[in-house]
Amino acid sequence: MKPTNIADPEYFHKVVDCQYACPAHTPVPHYIRLISAGRYSDAYMVNWESNVFPGVLGRTCDRPCEPACRRDRVEDKPVAICRLKRVAADNKDDAEVLARMPEIPTQKNGRKIALIGAGPASLTVARDLMPLGYDIDLYDDQPEAGGFMLSQIPAFRLPIEVLRQEVNYILDMGVITTLDTYVDSLKKVLDVGYDAVFIGTGAPRGRDLKIPGREEADNNVHIGIDWLSSVAFEHTEKIGKKVIVLGGGNTAMDCCRTSLRLGADTVKVVVRSPKVDMKASAWEIEDAEREGVPMLENHTPKEFVVENDKLVGMKFELVRAEYDENGRRSLIPTGEPDAYIECDDVCIAIGQDNALPWIERDIGVEFGKWDLPVLNNKTFQSTHPKVFFGGDAALGPDNVITAVAHGHQAAISIHLMCEGEDVEQARPAPTTNLVSQKMGIHEWSYDSPIAHDERFAVPHEAVETTLTNRKIEVELGFDPQTAVAEAQRCLNCDMQTVFTAEKCIECDACEDICPTDSITFTQNQDDETALRQSLKAPANNTEQDLYLADGLKTGRVMVKDEDVCLHCGLCAERCPTSAWDMQKYLYQVTKATPIVAYE
Amino acid sequence: MTFIKSTFRHPELPTNELGFTRQYYEGVLSTLCAGCGHDSISAAIVMAAFEANIEPHKVAKLSGIGCSSKTPAYFLVNSHGFNTVHGRMPSVATGANMANRDLQYIGISGDGDTASIGMGQFVHATRRNLNILYIVENNGCYGLTKGQDSATADRGSHSKKGAPSPYEGIDLCALALQLGATFVARSFSGDKHQLIPLIKAALKHKGFAFIDVISPCVTFNNNPGSTKGYEHVRDHLAATNTIDFVPERKELTTEYAEGSTQQVTLHDGSVMALHKVDKNYDVSNKSAVSMSLLDYSERGEILTGLLYHDEESQDLHQSLGTTDVPLNTLKESDLCPGGDALNKLNQGLR
Repeated sequence: MKPTNIADPEYFHKVVDCQYACPAHTPVPHYIRLISAGRYSDAYMVNWESNVFPGVLGRTCDRPCEPACRRDRVEDKPVAICRLKRVAADNKDDAEVLARMPEIPTQKNGRKIALIGAGPASLTVARDLMPLGYDIDLYDDQPEAGGFMLSQIPAFRLPIEVLRQEVNYILDMGVITTLDTYVDSLKKVLDVGYDAVFIGTGAPRGRDLKIPGREEADNNVHIGIDWLSSVAFEHTEKIGKKVIVLGGGNTAMDCCRTSLRLGADTVKVVVRSPKVDMKASAWEIEDAEREGVPMLENHTPKEFVVENDKLVGMKFELVRAEYDENGRRSLIPTGEPDAYIECDDVCIAIGQDNALPWIERDIGVEFGKWDLPVLNNKTFQSTHPKVFFGGDAALGPDNVITAVAHGHQAAISIHLMCEGEDVEQARPAPTTNLVSQKMGIHEWSYDSPIAHDERFAVPHEAVETTLTNRKIEVELGFDPQTAVAEAQRCLNCDMQTVFTAEKCIECDACEDICPTDSITFTQNQDDETALRQSLKAPANNTEQDLYLADGLKTGRVMVKDEDVCLHCGLCAERCPTSAWDMQKYLYQVTKATPIVAYE
Repeated sequence: MTFIKSTFRHPELPTNELGFTRQYYEGVLSTLCAGCGHDSISAAIVMAAFEANIEPHKVAKLSGIGCSSKTPAYFLVNSHGFNTVHGRMPSVATGANMANRDLQYIGISGDGDTASIGMGQFVHATRRNLNILYIVENNGCYGLTKGQDSATADRGSHSKKGAPSPYEGIDLCALALQLGATFVARSFSGDKHQLIPLIKAALKHKGFAFIDVISPCVTFNNNPGSTKGYEHVRDHLAATNTIDFVPERKELTTEYAEGSTQQVTLHDGSVMALHKVDKNYDVSNKSAVSMSLLDYSERGEILTGLLYHDEESQDLHQSLGTTDVPLNTLKESDLCPGGDALNKLNQGLR
């Protein structure tokens, strides 16, 4: 196997599993240490620079970082990264954060940008371009900015004040908003003479279910996302006593829990598939179940049953799932009699689609598969050079953090285009910084001993209380003491083990001390698979790299399996020649606006 | 500041026949200098005991005083241990061994503890062929008192701040051989591939199994000019053989070229397959082994591997005809068999 090139910025980035998994690549261990130090405002700003909505995401993020967390592989559960983020947001000093907002030039640069849709993607573009002197017009058809964060995430998961604060950080930069206004033509927008148009209008069309009885039952059948937004804007305040929610995603979870708060007595979530295949995040299913919502699996909707012009129930065909050798699922009817479930109302939350009917098809913006715009997936530029897309509108329904990541990249593209540079070739590389943390023989600038605590649970408000009012937040967040204890569970994966072969005397001390047998000195082999099996402990997780260094006197190589390294620094402490060193790696995605580093 | 080793381990650590992982054979975290050869030896003992399916509660670790003698704390934390007065480990080990022959004894000593203050003890335990694995962690200096030359420092070798040693160094392997040790080996802390199988074989040997392990002192004796530093040892290593240890009840399956391999059977039926580097080297020929040791030493080379093995080894219990069971299992009726038995004995002496 070839020696590892640790100068490649992506090598050590990949070792920081959480950051690597995050679409916005937020430097997670970095801000977790700031939280441990009680530096909440600093931790908040590190987040804000990267993901723009720390308070929102600290409550509602899809958390791709957590399944990636190394802790999950050496212990039982990942670090509660998402909820620690919330701690930073809850405890920050608002005045200090406001004072740190980027300065907005009074002398504008003369470029005008239109943002269509006021969701996370557009707001991120505004956040990145306003400090550079752009004039920005933001359009949205809702009465308030926030997009799906506002209309789709129920207030019991995300208090409106938290969202407003973070939306306002951006709007207060001087964004000119045109709300309550549906943009019905891209051509018209372009004709205004904008230098660029960014489209972040989400995936606003909820899928319907065309089965018998659908039309007759229309008064009591609701499309999930439309219904949630009508609740959010207080157009809907009630629902029937018996509610069925169709679908197994996060929207379904929000629908069922919202129904309980609007007066439903019994709410059932009914899914076509087995429960294990439900798309909703595990913790959202858990939260719904805690509130008493059962999940009925393997029920395929067959008919809305209407009596005397009123919906009275639904019929379901019972199925079982079979998987072929490729893991593809088919639902086979079991032949049992259909199930009948009484209901007064039904919410359909079975997915959503993009809808861009307002974009003329003859103005140079091409559309491809599933009616999604044809995009360069690095620059987010469409086939029309002035039109950019981001968020759900770009690549189909995903999540807030992905929309933010798109926004950052689109902002870079827009800026490069306005500067007359090549949008693809001139993109800046990430900034990286690798610095030794050695303070003494057994002393590091970070807390290197491993805490063995199991994951701490976030306290919840009592179910009886929260069900009475849809605006009472269910999760209470960690108190500072628990937050510190949870933060200590972080393995500091950004503290890289950096090896210098020329200094090594091959005493094997690192190999002997490593708690997780991650280091082996051995003969190199051509075949990585064979090498992985010949290490001190088998390196079976091929998603994790081997760090291989040659140049040792005996001709052996040092092989470190990155998989379950605890980053405890013992290899470096036991090294008599400092051939191992613990070095902090800070990887930051370059933004259109310079990033402030909070060390 | 750490000195704290996490209790998290690799989730796919293999288990041995007893169902233990390596973790069960570990000790507390070492407080020796970073890079000390002794820590590698402790790690080799952990590996060997794990691979040899040793039950830790049936092991007694004994040591004297010194850096080396601290190390029994760093392996087999679930075994018995005894830290004796400086140089007196062999007598305590002899006493313990006589009292309980069912335990496996591991004596850990250093060049000071064995070749200086404990020399008188060492030679007698050796000549009695006490059933023990006796490891000397040999760094050629007194590390615990700031690195003065020890009795095993080679003539002309000098430590970090010292002058070349004017005295002949004691070759502990040659001495053990002459005094009647029945298993004599030398190895290097930086070569676990050789050391681990040697320890496994030595644990199975019935009699005095002596391993002299060159173990560099990184702090005081790892400089150019020292003959016990990592670099010098690596450059001057010569191996008689490498060994495959094949435990009892397992078949020797690998085939080796004619003449290149010597098989040595241990008392429990285990086999050591020696892959000989020198075709003429015979581990059972005591006088030839003696000659080889001298030869290599004169050339400035360090001969390692299994140097000598006596298949006919008779340990001290056999020589003394002691009782077959540990003394603590003897009942009052065994110890005081009564007047009739005494009479019978007396009759026999008339």
